[in-house]
Amino acid sequence: MPLITYRQAVKDALAEEIARDPNVFVMGEEVAQYNGAYKVTEGLWDKFGDKRLVDAPISEAGFVGLGIGASMLGLRPVMEFMFWSFCYVAFDQLLNNGSFCRYMSGGLMNIPIVVRGPANGGTNVGATHSHTPENLCANHPGIKVVCPSNAYDAKGLMKTAIRDNDPVFVMESTVLYGQKWEVPEEEYLIPMGKANILKEGKDISLIAHGRAAITSLEAAGILAEKYDIDAEVIDLRSIRPLDVETILASVKKTNRVVYIEENKPFCGVGAQIASIIQDEAFDHLDAPVKRVSAIDAPQIYSMPLEKIQIPDAARIVKKALEIC
Amino acid sequence: MSGEKYTTSNRFIHPNDHRTVTAKKKSKTINKAERWQDVDVHELAQLEINQRLSTDEKVRLYTDMVRIRRFEGRSLRSYQAGKIGGFLHLYEGQEAVAVGTISLLGADDHVITAYRVHGHAIAVGMDPKPMMAEMYGKYTGCAKGKGGSMHMFAPDKNFWGGHGIVGGQIPLGTGLAFALKYQGKKGCCLAYMGDGAINQGAVHEAYNLAALWNLPVIFIIENNAYSMGTSQERSSAFPDCLAQRAEAYGMEWDTVNGNILYDVRAKTYEAIKRAHDESRPTVLEIFTYRYRGHSVADANAEKYRSKDEIIDYKDNKDPITLLRKQFIEEGVLTEEQAKEIDKAANEEANEAAEFAEKSPFPPAESILDDSYWSSDNKGQDPEIDELNQGRFVFEDGGIFDK
Ligand SMILES: Cc1ncc(C[n+]2csc(CCOP(=O)(O)OP(=O)(O)O)c2C)c(N)n1
Ligand SMILES: [Mg+2]
Repeated sequence: MPLITYRQAVKDALAEEIARDPNVFVMGEEVAQYNGAYKVTEGLWDKFGDKRLVDAPISEAGFVGLGIGASMLGLRPVMEFMFWSFCYVAFDQLLNNGSFCRYMSGGLMNIPIVVRGPANGGTNVGATHSHTPENLCANHPGIKVVCPSNAYDAKGLMKTAIRDNDPVFVMESTVLYGQKWEVPEEEYLIPMGKANILKEGKDISLIAHGRAAITSLEAAGILAEKYDIDAEVIDLRSIRPLDVETILASVKKTNRVVYIEENKPFCGVGAQIASIIQDEAFDHLDAPVKRVSAIDAPQIYSMPLEKIQIPDAARIVKKALEIC
Repeated sequence: MSGEKYTTSNRFIHPNDHRTVTAKKKSKTINKAERWQDVDVHELAQLEINQRLSTDEKVRLYTDMVRIRRFEGRSLRSYQAGKIGGFLHLYEGQEAVAVGTISLLGADDHVITAYRVHGHAIAVGMDPKPMMAEMYGKYTGCAKGKGGSMHMFAPDKNFWGGHGIVGGQIPLGTGLAFALKYQGKKGCCLAYMGDGAINQGAVHEAYNLAALWNLPVIFIIENNAYSMGTSQERSSAFPDCLAQRAEAYGMEWDTVNGNILYDVRAKTYEAIKRAHDESRPTVLEIFTYRYRGHSVADANAEKYRSKDEIIDYKDNKDPITLLRKQFIEEGVLTEEQAKEIDKAANEEANEAAEFAEKSPFPPAESILDDSYWSSDNKGQDPEIDELNQGRFVFEDGGIFDK
């Protein structure tokens, strides 16, 4: 299988879906002529032209709202946020119009829009550019939120998102854009709401989403090597819908859980998962559900300190050992 | 400048017209910002776009305006009787705007507006029964009781709401126009907002996108003189009028007399031609007036404006009265017919209220419907179901426990 970057995987997904469906177009700042701020759309404008790759002015509320309106008439816009950090200026459009128009119309319409872009810290750009709004967005019924942790998932989930008839927010990671994974050449789709068991194990469940899943896998390696602990690592892939079944099955097997995310802890995804586990698998727990998240302060700029702020394998190992 | 207001009897002074028009200015050709004040109904009647209306069509337009007024009056009574929850924003006084503009639309033309939505909904052809039932929170409502008074939609009539966030619908309307252009259709979108909405950032972002990409959208400011209790002087900075802001984006604009159906049709028609033939946007500022408070909960409706002002509008500038006079003069209507129309409209509104009253409230399980297309259509297509696994709902309130 060819090794390709996360960036390439997203691009391939976009190219394949643009070619497949005349209603699909990509819109965002610098996506066309500039080839994308993170080069995710490089070459697509040359290939598909102005109609399918649309450079938007710096006007997130305007162009996201425009995309939602266009999707009401059956177009399938893929809107790029240069960073998900910029979603806040478009929050009304995303979360009132994107998530609620279907509901408020009693199901008379649907909004087949994809909003995508990187949502991560770790690149020393300070608090304004390091947001991870997956928990905020998933709080809104009507929205689907996916957080691919690798190139294979990025491609399969992106294609699924574009074909989906509901609004899907895809949160990527600039830290992962340059990393390579095996991705088949044949077409495939990845379901939403189906977690990926990255490593089977019997002693503890490390459950995570986004890049934290990769860090968790690294931590599992250390736990096995140094402590003879056999950790199961689960990558949720999507936050909403949520694969509760896989989570509970793992808890019932290992009886111990750490939830890992790069988001801040308060009302984070881990809080929701911990709540579900204690509610639905209480008798299977041998220890409290533990959480590892970004250190709870606005994202710091200073390079060595931001490394500390975001969960690393050592922090996950330490937390796991508290309950093993 | 002298402080004297220009009060020639046939001119309309809008409460928001804080400009002082001097005698010197009077002799000059009237500029666009003032143009709406000097309309001559008889001249307007001669325009092709108004001439082409058959007698039946004219009666239909008049009837629709009356239907809106009676529907609103009836909803007010239901609200006062405690049948309608939340807010109720009434459209009385503004009827010629929705009816006049929408009367010009064809198969590929679309409409989107804010929460003061009942007039537009009736004008696009929505049935008053499910509208009233929606306000009563009933299952037979146009949104099954999920949207309420502010959120009414009829995609089958190219009608996209019904939006509660001031200005938030304007980017959506721009997107509808974008889609029409993308699909190569000769259509346009009428995107309505209030005079208060014009100060929202989203509106200006939409203006820019529409002008930048030559989108067939018509931004319609229904200037009813107030945003809640705030007059335009206290909310908006502008030299001559709100529509003029279009100039900053290189867009065409005009001002319209919202009390005179023929003027609404004449100027909207120009904008629609521009959208259809040249794919270019327009901003129209239609001067109108709301008789009721901002919403029925607006206890101060007569504090931020004078009783005299309201009476002056009702007595001298009422769009329905003016249209009736005109149509009687043209021989299109008789007083007798007008009375019958009014009676029928009242009956229709009462029937709508009866229908709403008799309808059931939605079953508790329906709270969870209509959130996700994929959940609502589960079991229809195994491929789609396969791609939508997992849990979507995290609290059902026990409504499925039996
Ligand atoms: C973003 C936002 N801010 C405030 C409100 C509360 N609000 C609802 S309507 C309104 C006044 C709007 O006035 P205008 O745009 O002139 O429309 P009109 O009510 O006169 O039709 C306000 C302040 C809201 N719904 N949304
Ligand atoms: Mg107003």
